[in-house]
Amino acid sequence: MRASLVALLLLAGAAMAQSDPAMDKRVAALAVELRCLVCQNQTLADSNAALAVDLRNQIREQLEKGASEQDVIDFMVARYGDFVLYKPPFKASTLALWLGPFVLLALGVWALLRQIARRRVPSPELSAAERDRAARLLE
Amino acid sequence: MKTGWVVAAFAALVVLLGVGLTLNPREVPSPLVGKAAPGFELPLLHAPEKTFSQKDMLGKAWVLNVWASWCPPCLVEHPVVTALAQSGLAPVVGLNYKDRREDALPWLKKHGDPYRFSVQDAAGRIGIDYGVYGVPETYVIDRRGTIRYKHIGPLTPEVSRGKLQPLLQELSREG
Repeated sequence: MRASLVALLLLAGAAMAQSDPAMDKRVAALAVELRCLVCQNQTLADSNAALAVDLRNQIREQLEKGASEQDVIDFMVARYGDFVLYKPPFKASTLALWLGPFVLLALGVWALLRQIARRRVPSPELSAAERDRAARLLE
Repeated sequence: MKTGWVVAAFAALVVLLGVGLTLNPREVPSPLVGKAAPGFELPLLHAPEKTFSQKDMLGKAWVLNVWASWCPPCLVEHPVVTALAQSGLAPVVGLNYKDRREDALPWLKKHGDPYRFSVQDAAGRIGIDYGVYGVPETYVIDRRGTIRYKHIGPLTPEVSRGKLQPLLQELSREG
């Protein structure tokens, strides 16, 4: 019993020694950029769906083979489309997505300024007679 | 005049969001349509000592249907796949995805085997190449080996009759 426990601990130690923290970091950094296709509002890093686990292994396998981060992203996009990217690329079909909020903001500011300009009450112009009367009252 | 603008803007927003609601967020447009079917060489489910490659189908249009015994929607589409296979429009090949042989074979025996044959993708690696994320999925591949259509989720009789079968007829006319 004790011997098997020791063996288990040794094995666990060996397994831990094998994992490379720098590689873990790269895998994790990529996994938060990519969407889990099964549970669409989670990243690959958050999800424990079987496909997410497979894709995380795929990321690690490719990085270990010497692929760059961009290579892995291209691999995923070629199979699952731009949808896997949490940050959609800036291109013609996503113009409205990227610029829409700024257009809406500009429209809002314009409407607000117009509203303010309209509400400004013109300062009353006094005629000469009114001015005289005011001066007399103030004396 | 001013309320007119507000109402118009509100109506536009309602239309925009309304259209958004009718779209299916599960239907991820596949970048693979129009591209060559990814290569594979996989063991046959019924005879693991033999293999099948997508290249073996060059020269005719065919259907690749991704299924698994653990997948309830596969059972839902099973009659539709069977009808499609029986129509004789094109051979239907099964890709048994992340399944075990000892589960897959009894499933086919129990429910009927609509496939010309099935190949085994036990690790799901070929599934990744085909962008599979929700079993069942169905691909139409033309005689040049190009993916022409992809359906995600269970095949419905409407999709089979309205899209798959007309496409297969068109492909068979192409030669």
